[in-house]
Amino acid sequence: MNSNDPMIIDFKLGKVSSNMKAYLNRRYRFSASHRLHSEQMSDDENRATYGKCNNPHGHGHNYVLEVTVSGQVDQNGMVCNLVDLDDCVQQNVVTRFDLENLNYRQEFASAVPTTENLCTVIYDILKREFRQAHLERVRLEETLFNSFEYAGTEGLNH
Amino acid sequence: MLYLTRKAEFAASHYYHNPELSPEENRRLFGKCNNPNGHGHNYVLEVTVKGEVDPRSGFVVDLKRLKEIMNREVLDAMDHRFLNKEVPEFATRIPTTENLAIAIWQRLAPTLTNAKLHRVRVYENHDLFADFYGEE
Repeated sequence: MNSNDPMIIDFKLGKVSSNMKAYLNRRYRFSASHRLHSEQMSDDENRATYGKCNNPHGHGHNYVLEVTVSGQVDQNGMVCNLVDLDDCVQQNVVTRFDLENLNYRQEFASAVPTTENLCTVIYDILKREFRQAHLERVRLEETLFNSFEYAGTEGLNH
Repeated sequence: MLYLTRKAEFAASHYYHNPELSPEENRRLFGKCNNPNGHGHNYVLEVTVKGEVDPRSGFVVDLKRLKEIMNREVLDAMDHRFLNKEVPEFATRIPTTENLAIAIWQRLAPTLTNAKLHRVRVYENHDLFADFYGEE
């Protein structure tokens, strides 16, 4: 083992291992408004599909975003530096969507801003922007009772 | 593939007893949970379904329908009930958190036609929960 290899004591096996993958989860919050309305549907169909969410004036949520990254634990005991992850998510996601009307954002110029679509948009942004660890999963809570997860086209590992 | 989780809460009572064991064995195995008068929990149920996002609606599943199915199949049957006596599955199975997750899966899987069931998670309390992913 050279001096740059991560050294982790595996307590269970009582030996040093350089192959220890860990998952880091971090939560962020932002608030935004949206209206669910598809240009491809008639007014009646929009109302039937989206119900109260089709209200022309829109409505808002306090979204909770949970980002999971994974990787080998380095010599500092980290999957990645949390400051780097926080900076990336703040700059590219929270600042972009916090206190905005999602319908007016270019990301939703041709897609309905459902939380499903917001979840995949955020995953794609972070996949592109965050390089310090592997992006495992994005989980987005719309309310206390509804949440959405996206882990790329392959789906969740577990 | 996108995963949607819907949460619901219900309150129910239960007790643990295996009729094939002696009263002493039941008491030793299940401890206070063997009290035949039962005790209760505020259960939290998380149902996760998976599917591709419909490009037209932006939905993976009709959430309203999922909510209705969960209400009908689970909450109407289990909320404010004594599980051992009022839910048929538990006439022959012990209503542990594990068996609750399995019973709820078996109730939901055949009725959920518009999305594929991925996971049923049942919290008995904040610190104890069971997951079932179907028969593997």
